[in-house]
Amino acid sequence: MSQDTLFDKVWDLHKVSSLPGGSDQIFIGLHLIHEVTSPQAFGALKDKNLKVKFPERTVATVDHIVPTDNQSRPFKDNLAEQMIETLEKNCLEHKIRFFNIGSGNQGIVHVVAPELGLTQPGMTIACGDSHTSTHGAFGSIAFGIGTSQVRDVLATQTIAMNKLKVRQIWCENKLSNGVYAKDLVLHIINKLGVKAGVGFAHEFAGPAINALSMEERMTICNMSIEGGARCGYINPDEKTFSYIKNKLCAPKNEHWEKALTWWQSLKSDVDAIYDDVIKIDVSKIEPTVTWGITPGQSVGINQQIPLLDELSPNDKLVAEEAYEYMSFKPGQSIKDVPVEVCFIGSCTNGRISDLRIAAKVLKDKKVSKNVKAFVVPGSEKVANEAKLEGLDQIFKDSGFQWREPGCSMCLAMNSDKLIGNQVSASSSNRNFKGRQGSPRGRTLLMSPAMVAAAAINGKVSDVREFINQ
Amino acid sequence: MKSKYTQPIGKIRDINGQCISLIGNDIDTDRIIPARFLKCVNFDSLGESVFEDDRKTLKGRHPFDLEENKNATILIVNSNFGCGSSREHAPQALMRWGIKAIIGESFADIFYSNCIAIGIPCFTLPKKSIEEIQNYCNNQFLFLEIDLKNSLAKSKDLNFNLEIKESSKKMFLSGEWDATSTLLENENLIVDKFNNLPYLKFNNKLL
Repeated sequence: MSQDTLFDKVWDLHKVSSLPGGSDQIFIGLHLIHEVTSPQAFGALKDKNLKVKFPERTVATVDHIVPTDNQSRPFKDNLAEQMIETLEKNCLEHKIRFFNIGSGNQGIVHVVAPELGLTQPGMTIACGDSHTSTHGAFGSIAFGIGTSQVRDVLATQTIAMNKLKVRQIWCENKLSNGVYAKDLVLHIINKLGVKAGVGFAHEFAGPAINALSMEERMTICNMSIEGGARCGYINPDEKTFSYIKNKLCAPKNEHWEKALTWWQSLKSDVDAIYDDVIKIDVSKIEPTVTWGITPGQSVGINQQIPLLDELSPNDKLVAEEAYEYMSFKPGQSIKDVPVEVCFIGSCTNGRISDLRIAAKVLKDKKVSKNVKAFVVPGSEKVANEAKLEGLDQIFKDSGFQWREPGCSMCLAMNSDKLIGNQVSASSSNRNFKGRQGSPRGRTLLMSPAMVAAAAINGKVSDVREFINQ
Repeated sequence: MKSKYTQPIGKIRDINGQCISLIGNDIDTDRIIPARFLKCVNFDSLGESVFEDDRKTLKGRHPFDLEENKNATILIVNSNFGCGSSREHAPQALMRWGIKAIIGESFADIFYSNCIAIGIPCFTLPKKSIEEIQNYCNNQFLFLEIDLKNSLAKSKDLNFNLEIKESSKKMFLSGEWDATSTLLENENLIVDKFNNLPYLKFNNKLL
């Protein structure tokens, strides 16, 4: 059993009681809600005649269903309009702070909370969305919950949960040029498998992690869940604190000093005990692309799609399913696979640094005429900053469509969808069957830089050929 | 026409029913209920859309479309079932289709908690046993009697010792699997925690 890790410390700090069944009652310091997984929770609250216990510890935004072409109200899609209206009504009725479209702070919930300074070290953070693990980048313990647990947090600010085991993933050496956080996390998921993290919190640590910016760290923690871990985190450091400083909801003045003192005391002890430790050498990682239907099915850009015989017995069943669904041949190269749609955005890679990197690749280049390419900023703040820097113009000049913020084609709950069996190069997090809106649609996950390169060439390409020119 | 599902309430001790086998590892919640069906403000109509895209692809040959499975209540699955999105819509859709319990090699964490929260016990068995059940289901009906207290599954030909988390088992047996009221019993402790967490002292109110 783990001891003295950051996870243990934060868990113990938030433990309210041991429940009769053997699970713990855990206080949730920050609760984030959005339009998709909250309405039924508010409904249940009403049925039980309960109030929101601490409305000031819940914050809302709208992201999953928002259109990215025309956000004027009412939305063209009646169901989407009904969902945003329900959220507006619930927030008003229960006095919950809501960052709506046009507030300047709307966006994907996991992009918005960090940029507002809501996400802080040492907190427990829950949200009805599996990518809540993103917030672990700040040294918080953050995890996705279902709607019944959203109801529990609203009603009690606590949830019942079994304590997770802790695995340290120690990342040694340095990423090479043209290789990004997305490549690293895809590589980790490929090495460990998509269910290695079940029952675990993953602590990402080591020189390669320390070298990452906060936004890159968010990309890593964001995809913890794709490796099965409900929670992923990184011990906070000076980068963490300076990212938070001066944000809208960050502690100010004398509160800042107190916060800083406390945050600096928060990290896994050097002699902490982990349930498992894995070491990864990051220096050999190539730009990485998924070829299958789980985020674990990936290869380096210069590798071939694995043969069935090269896979472990447990991976064969889903590999066979993937070859068939993707229409790829075992042993074929991933490089030069033609792509029809290119998507840059999502809670994994829709932040300003992602847009900067993609724009750098696209500057003075044109998107292939066979490709529909669009970029969806992660939030209104990201969009505004990009416009200030002229990135929107670089995207538009290259042939990318510049859209309004939201989750968009990461999960295709709005009108941004693949058609038929189109192949998309996507900076998002899931390549599941049908994930991007068409039951036959095919998703290749990669870094934003790699999406930009694929857009230019109309096929999967090695971005290093662009940036090393 | 399928019979109407019943939402579980109170103590859950025995689940008796016909098994339906679904073969595949890493079956994610997008497949269980595609995202377009999440555009709803209640769960009521999700049952008919469960596995919608997989079912359309298989044109009537999907286990959830086979006439002989229409009254099945115990779902048999392989490894890492329910991975991906946290959408509770996935177990809600399964429950509304008629599933009352799931037996599998392993489950994704959030899917597992969601099932427990709505009263669907999830049991695990070794790969070999799951394959034995799935082979059996290929040729004939399998009716299982699940005794939750003793973690036993019995049928005419097959018997298994099921695994389930002790905390989940206790909740079902006591009928306290609807967590809200259990959590509210500690109201004073919750308020104490709220008043004493370091960061709630140095963060201004969000409102």
